[in-house]
Amino acid sequence: MRDALQTQSKLRSAQATRAARKRRARLLLLLPALLVIGLFGLAPLSIALVYSFLEPGTYGGVEWVFSPDAYVQFLYERDIFDDTLVFNSAYLQIFGRSFGLAVITMIGTLIVGFPVAYFIAARPPEQRNFWLFAITLPFWTNLLIRTYSMLLIVRDEGFINLMLIKAGLISKPLEMLYTDGAVLAGLVYSYLPFMILPIYASLEKFDFSLLEAGHDLYATRFNVFRHIVIPLTRPGIVAGCALVLIPALGAYITPELLGGGKKLMIGNLIALQFGAGRNWPFGSAAALILMALVLIALLVSLRAGASKEGGND
Amino acid sequence: MTDPVGKKPGLFKRVTGSRELRRQPLFTGISWLVLLFLYAPVAVLIVFSFNDNRSVVRWTEFSLRWYTAALDNGDIRRSALISLEVALTATVFATVIATMAALATARGGAFRGRSAAIALINQPLMIPEIVTAIATLSFFSILRQLTGVTGLGWLILAHTVFCIPFAYMPIRARLSDMPATFEEAAADLYAAPWQVFRHVTLPLLMPGVMAGAMLAFVVSLDDVIITLLVAGPGETTLPIYILGQIRRGVTPEVNAVSTILIAVTVAMVALTFLLQRKRK
Repeated sequence: MRDALQTQSKLRSAQATRAARKRRARLLLLLPALLVIGLFGLAPLSIALVYSFLEPGTYGGVEWVFSPDAYVQFLYERDIFDDTLVFNSAYLQIFGRSFGLAVITMIGTLIVGFPVAYFIAARPPEQRNFWLFAITLPFWTNLLIRTYSMLLIVRDEGFINLMLIKAGLISKPLEMLYTDGAVLAGLVYSYLPFMILPIYASLEKFDFSLLEAGHDLYATRFNVFRHIVIPLTRPGIVAGCALVLIPALGAYITPELLGGGKKLMIGNLIALQFGAGRNWPFGSAAALILMALVLIALLVSLRAGASKEGGND
Repeated sequence: MTDPVGKKPGLFKRVTGSRELRRQPLFTGISWLVLLFLYAPVAVLIVFSFNDNRSVVRWTEFSLRWYTAALDNGDIRRSALISLEVALTATVFATVIATMAALATARGGAFRGRSAAIALINQPLMIPEIVTAIATLSFFSILRQLTGVTGLGWLILAHTVFCIPFAYMPIRARLSDMPATFEEAAADLYAAPWQVFRHVTLPLLMPGVMAGAMLAFVVSLDDVIITLLVAGPGETTLPIYILGQIRRGVTPEVNAVSTILIAVTVAMVALTFLLQRKRK
């Protein structure tokens, strides 16, 4: 009896030490990732916050003097002569333009991406792998090179113009490069896989016999889509929208190459301040405002994803 | 909608049979067009990199002259070497760190702060690259000044940070799919934790680790924005070199280098795909 009790308590303490060891091992395993990302991924963001309240250095960098100028500059221009503040909407326009382009990109990729995701999910399994690979591959391919290939296509002496002229449809090349349309096409081209893959992920588990059930109850093709397919794939649609909107808002390469540096987006404005503009505080402030926009988009998408539980909405 | 049965054609027609329902002819058309849209521009770039002509649009004859020109170009060779050095080092660091983190989050049982830890690991994915780039530049410029250390190490560190989540995803996925029974059996047979890891977990996990490493390598090799801002003088990677050339104008040499980079990416991603498919 006593022996049994002893073994039991021994067992229990052995279990306790094993649990403690497991906790320690877990912590040690996690530590490098948390340290590296925390120190060199997260901490720099707070440095950007500090920088946005400093004065710019003459040759780039910052002067360690407090100044809210970076944020004031966002809305106002300081008159060179009498130092008064004049409202200036140039930067607001760049933000507005970027937001508009990003939203149109999101809607465009959704309209094009949903049918593709649905089509892949409805394939027999052995064909799905081919399609998934075909959609995933561009996602991993160098964005710069893909954008450059787009540039080769839409240039004045590019592939499209060449073909159209050869076909005799036009006599003079269409000017497509350096337009909003070119930037938009480039953004859709860049981020389309980000929309297709999450929607596919939620359609993959979709039970297609539900369609039959809907039709048996005399729903039209359209109503089946509207009341069965769309609500059940909502998490994928929301995730896809967030995954497209966020990088599109901060796009740099696409507007740089296809917009010709004239049609600035937020990304170019920020990079410019850390390059030729030599205004690091203003660049940091612009980056933080961009971050705020992204956070709002994320919160909205979280809410949109969660409200699915609420019923018919 | 009031009973539309058989009244309107197309979208509003009542259809029978599940095979018929799954098929959306319009969607099939859109999908093939999307495939064309995604691949045609890159295909044009690749085809014209083999063109024996300065023009990037008028085809004359098949030739490898732009490839020899690219390989003879000292700047391209130098930047390719820097790219490889950065990508390989960052891949090794990121993969080791990600494997450890995946073991902790997938095999460590439930613990408080687990989802916070996972969120932190995925953090580099949630922030626009340009913001990460300028924040890292600002932070590193302070650290460079404080420590007096310069060199490629900073760029490698920046790459390691954003490579970790890409390496983590497939490793974590593989671990979640792997039943813990083999590891438990080994532990029951008195294998020490390290032995269990070395002789049971790691060999089973290897396809996931390889997939993670290849994705990290590809992501590092292709990075433009963070490298553009963080790289010091003389630390030009291949994509940065390409960007500089494109800004100056279109040259067939750039097409050749781009084609090589694409080939490397395609090979890596195809291998990753095969590794991940095998497990099913």
